[in-house]
Amino acid sequence: MSGAAAARGLQALRATSISLAAIALALAASAVLILLAGADPVAAYWALLQGAVGDGFALGNTLARTTPLIFTGLAVAFAFRCNLLNIGAEGQLYAGALASVVIGIYLTGLPSVLHIALSIAGGFLAGAAWGGLAGYLRAARGINEIISTIMLNFVAIFFVSYLVHGPLAEPPGFFHQTAMVAETARLPVIYPKSDLSVAIFLAVAVALLTAYVLWRTPFGLKLRAVGESTGTARFSGVPVNRYVFGAMSVSGGLAGLAGTTEMIGGQYRLLDFFSPGYGFDGIAVAFLGRSDPIGVVFAAFLFAALRVGANHMQRTTGLPTSLILVIQGMVILFILGVAVLEWYRRRQRG
Amino acid sequence: MDVLLSVLDPDYFAATIRLATPLLFATLGGILNERAGIINIGLEGTMLMAALTGVFGAWFIGSPWLGFACGVLAGALVAWIHGFVSISLGANQIVSGTAINLLGLGLSSFLIRIVFGLKEQQRVVPHFDPVSLPLLADLPLLGPVLFHQHALVYVAFLLVPVLWVILYRTRWGLMITAVGEHPRAASSVGIDPLRVRYACTVLSGALAGAGGAFLSLGQLHFFQDEMVAGRGFIALAALIFGRWNPIGGMIACLIFGAADALQFRGQAVGLGVPHQFMLMFPYVLTLAILVVVGGKSQGPAAIGIPFRKS
Repeated sequence: MSGAAAARGLQALRATSISLAAIALALAASAVLILLAGADPVAAYWALLQGAVGDGFALGNTLARTTPLIFTGLAVAFAFRCNLLNIGAEGQLYAGALASVVIGIYLTGLPSVLHIALSIAGGFLAGAAWGGLAGYLRAARGINEIISTIMLNFVAIFFVSYLVHGPLAEPPGFFHQTAMVAETARLPVIYPKSDLSVAIFLAVAVALLTAYVLWRTPFGLKLRAVGESTGTARFSGVPVNRYVFGAMSVSGGLAGLAGTTEMIGGQYRLLDFFSPGYGFDGIAVAFLGRSDPIGVVFAAFLFAALRVGANHMQRTTGLPTSLILVIQGMVILFILGVAVLEWYRRRQRG
Repeated sequence: MDVLLSVLDPDYFAATIRLATPLLFATLGGILNERAGIINIGLEGTMLMAALTGVFGAWFIGSPWLGFACGVLAGALVAWIHGFVSISLGANQIVSGTAINLLGLGLSSFLIRIVFGLKEQQRVVPHFDPVSLPLLADLPLLGPVLFHQHALVYVAFLLVPVLWVILYRTRWGLMITAVGEHPRAASSVGIDPLRVRYACTVLSGALAGAGGAFLSLGQLHFFQDEMVAGRGFIALAALIFGRWNPIGGMIACLIFGAADALQFRGQAVGLGVPHQFMLMFPYVLTLAILVVVGGKSQGPAAIGIPFRKS
């Protein structure tokens, strides 16, 4: 094992223990809220666990919910490696879903493998175009990507809403939704009672591929060099603007795949406002996963498990599912709060 | 023609101003915050917590004004958390804002159920009613549009010149701008960037809190999950549209409010243009302005970058 790899291993270990400690702290703090609500924290957390992974059905739902979060988490993490903040995963997800659903509905008569492949490619490219637009605006016009992606989110979401109310509405148009994608475009279902399809394998494979690209290819190396120090990278001859555009495009494409797998992996049709904020959750997932593709997979699973388990917790203990958002918010704040130790030492000295 | 007439009626303009008000509070807060170099995408969660606290305050104290004050305080407190994490600890401001949004969304929805109970979540609390300004309200056309509004509407619009004067005509404004553009230089002439950033962040939270409490106490009269409905993000768009200037921000909020009001009206009278395009319009316009202006004048130079004393 090389020195660099060992150092990275040690760093990952430290990051993982910080994340676990933050999760434990957040659960402890939320236990106080549960007590205030007059319920039993142990029973509540047990119900949460049962609901998330207690049986095949629960696990299937959790894994189905993990899939889009892996993609949006990867999207945010990939851009962040280039020191770009992609707040636009939500809009890119809609762009990807739109392209995939259009391909899935209107390109018929294809062999299933080809149809699925085209739908995935279309979703990636549409997301990449939407993310790439923000990358272009940043590279060519100096427009902050945080700002442009916030705008582009709204545009994509409202545009999809317009399409499902009008041009793409399923005939005769009573409902605000598209028709269903053809059977040939649907990903094979793994666990029939839940929404779990092979999309989860695709997500994990893409995570591994992302890790490979970031750490084992010249593209990834230069992309991270731009992320660590734009000045140094530019000085050593890296075409910074091209990497900014490239990073935002790939990031958008990854988020687009979240839309794709939602469409051809379980929902099969496009509705307006169908995403419960997967794109925004991607920011938290990427952060919890330390912008590491493998870390993102685990973070996405944790977020999904909490969300799915929350329904069971609500049924058995009467606690509102919104408690889960509090836990997730606190996990992030506690990880950020680790810096408090360093801050305290600085104060003591200074 | 019918459509045009129905849009050009005083009710429509009054609705525009009413819908612009919560946005304006949040936008002014965002301007103050960003000019000092701190970006807060947690405005949404901040407004939600303030909307909730406003409802609790109004119910338990029995006065909308004191409820509103509670909302403002809650906003300031939530923003203080964002300040501590991103100013003192120097953490990533976007991540901190994301955490605040999750927390605000979750905690508000959790607490309303726990405190008011499942059945009475939407309990109507003491709230604000429109106030007619004597004499002015009787003016033809202008009266019903401008002078028959909630008291807080007047407060919000009066804050615009106040903030403008502070930012452009006082020493404070100069300090804030210096800290947002070049904190190191500001520090070298004896300004404490951390203190300026804290002050702006907490005040910004108070303003966002005013927006949230106005939504619950001035418009809805009760609390509902996710009732801020993206206005925290819209405020971020409005302040960019307004080029980080309170007057520009106000114009942006009025345009966004008009688009919002038109959406209801457009649906009612069949305006021809799909209402989604009206909703989209402010964002496309903001992007277009950014593209045209582009380059240098992209807002405070040190925005989003933590400051460390060396």
